[in-house]
Amino acid sequence: MFGLDKKDTMLLLLVAALTALAPFLLNPFPEGSALAQFNAGYPDLMQRFVIFGIFAIGFNILFGLTGYLSFGHAAFLGVGSYAAVWMFKLLSMNVLPAIVLAVVMSGLFALLIGYVSLRRSGIYFSILTLAFAQMMFALAYSVLTPITGGETGLQLALDDPRILDGGVETGGNIPVPGLFGMEMRDSVQLELGAWVFTFNFGYYFAAVVMLIAFYIAIRIFRSPFGMMLRAIKANQQRLNYTGLNTRPYTLAAFVISGMYAGLAGALMASMDPLAGAERMFWTASGEVVLMTILGGVGTLIGPILGAGAIKYMENIISKINSDILHNWFAFLPDGLEDLLVTLVYPFIGKGWHLTLGIIFMLVVIFLPGGLVEGGQRVARLFKSKKTDSSAAKPQTEPGE
Amino acid sequence: MKILEVKDVNKRFGGLKALSEVNLSVEENTVHAIIGPNGAGKSTLLNCLVGKLIPDTGSVMFNGQSVLGRAPHEINQMGISRVFQTPEIFGDLTVMENMMIPCFAKRDGAFELNAISSVQSQKDIIEHAEHVLDDMNMLDKRHMVASAMSRGDKRRLEIGMCLSQEPRLLLLDEPTAGMARADTNNTIDLLKEIKSKRDITIVIIEHDMHVVFSLAERITVLAQGTPLVEDTPENIKGHPKVREAYLGESSGH
Ligand SMILES: Nc1ncnc2c1ncn2[C@@H]1O[C@H](COP(=O)(O)OP(=O)(O)OP(=O)(O)O)[C@@H](O)[C@H]1O
Ligand SMILES: [Mg+2]
Repeated sequence: MFGLDKKDTMLLLLVAALTALAPFLLNPFPEGSALAQFNAGYPDLMQRFVIFGIFAIGFNILFGLTGYLSFGHAAFLGVGSYAAVWMFKLLSMNVLPAIVLAVVMSGLFALLIGYVSLRRSGIYFSILTLAFAQMMFALAYSVLTPITGGETGLQLALDDPRILDGGVETGGNIPVPGLFGMEMRDSVQLELGAWVFTFNFGYYFAAVVMLIAFYIAIRIFRSPFGMMLRAIKANQQRLNYTGLNTRPYTLAAFVISGMYAGLAGALMASMDPLAGAERMFWTASGEVVLMTILGGVGTLIGPILGAGAIKYMENIISKINSDILHNWFAFLPDGLEDLLVTLVYPFIGKGWHLTLGIIFMLVVIFLPGGLVEGGQRVARLFKSKKTDSSAAKPQTEPGE
Repeated sequence: MKILEVKDVNKRFGGLKALSEVNLSVEENTVHAIIGPNGAGKSTLLNCLVGKLIPDTGSVMFNGQSVLGRAPHEINQMGISRVFQTPEIFGDLTVMENMMIPCFAKRDGAFELNAISSVQSQKDIIEHAEHVLDDMNMLDKRHMVASAMSRGDKRRLEIGMCLSQEPRLLLLDEPTAGMARADTNNTIDLLKEIKSKRDITIVIIEHDMHVVFSLAERITVLAQGTPLVEDTPENIKGHPKVREAYLGESSGH
């Protein structure tokens, strides 16, 4: 279907089903129960899952396929956000023009930065991208204040021109981004017994965009272009002596992944029409590297999983506080309860980074292929159990 | 016609004179062997032909055009393919993918942004790659990850990758090193067959004299960066200077 083979179609449909049902799947615990704080099915977080999913999918096209590790991709996310907010201010609160300009602008920035950075490979490439991103952060933070809003960030104002929305009555409120009459923040709630499920327009819009982005990524992975990118990672020298000019291939991959980042930035601005320089900070660039590695470098679905896992921890683990811990361990004798709370406390709340760090280390050491490899190992375990019982010992596949 | 002409090429590495005043001309559609002891500068000479190294002085003409100053991919697109002394393949890719990449380079040139169609839909490329793999007796290995193969198989794959481009000039740097005897003989037969079927010039560096004397029509002996003699295999066998410089120990058995 859609020019994909059976396996890829299944994967796409699976991701589509998961994103469509996310408001249910992410809210498994009834409202008011002790576990309800592990629910992630609220619009704000679900939007972040798919938006960072897009960011990571794009990053993986560069890093996963070519092996070029960019440490500055958040710069393109920032460019996308600024471009989108400017479109809201000048043109219209409709998100489509904002998204288009954001993708174009981030693509242009990626072309420039990629052209220079790709003259080097390995660690020098990474450092160059990092330097560019930090320069752009510094520009956005201070020098270019008239364009970026500097420290406070770029915000909408009541008297923005909004040329295309001219006649629309705002009623004294700053209008919100939308799509042909629907607002991104529109939500419908469904109460089923003790459960409350929220269906948010912004989330579903971003989810559809992510599915399209994911579909394009699959096509790229399966195309001759994608094969060349993998060949660059495998042996760039051989590729050169085989008559292929690797520079335009890596540059194209860089620009494409920059455009994905810009798209993610535009969606962030669409959900919350505000753009700040911190979005370009190097920690944000590092985060997408973590997402990709955690999920599985070079795999199709890995980046989405990695983005989800990290955003989940950031938002859920960071919300656990000592009171909640005391509640959990309340059934234990007092001394033991205090001890456990003291032991666990550094890993929750602001300490979620510590938890992330430990999980990341464990994954890199024991599952170099990321969460995807973890999933494959579990699947293989089940498979081999099955075949063992039917006494047919399969030969290991060649190349495994 | 001379397809390759190397004139007065010098190459130094620091204090080491790897090539000094090298002259070499290769007649079109012949097999020209370069032999010589370890460190004689044979690989360095090939590196100067494919753009990996730039000679300090001298000129290298291929088919009437200078290759100096051109990037490796441009030189390949001119019609020169090279097999390296240590196998250079795409280790993470499958054997089939390894074989398809040179086919793409041949069909589409140095760069083609073909991100829409799937690899599987490129029937002509698949057919061509499978055909070459079949010639190499490697069709059964096509789903294998290339890095998992033996050294001899990697080398045969690399030879196949170069042949799939139907180059005008094929440069082989010790193509049979690390191969089992049977594979060496297969490779000799394959090269002979290719040679009989189409126009191709082969420059081969080889330590295995059985391979050299089975294939070569001319032989250049390189020692300490300078060509000692160039002659037919028959004359080289009996040449006193060569026996002394190179065949000395190997002519005994
Ligand atoms: N990139 C380099 N930098 C410094 N020295 C080099 C370099 N490449 C080759 N050499 C030196 O130049 C000399 C010639 O090396 P070359 O590899 O051309 O020899 P060769 O004839 O191919 O030998 P072999 O039969 O062992 O492959 C050697 O002394 C080698 O150490
Ligand atoms: Mg050598």
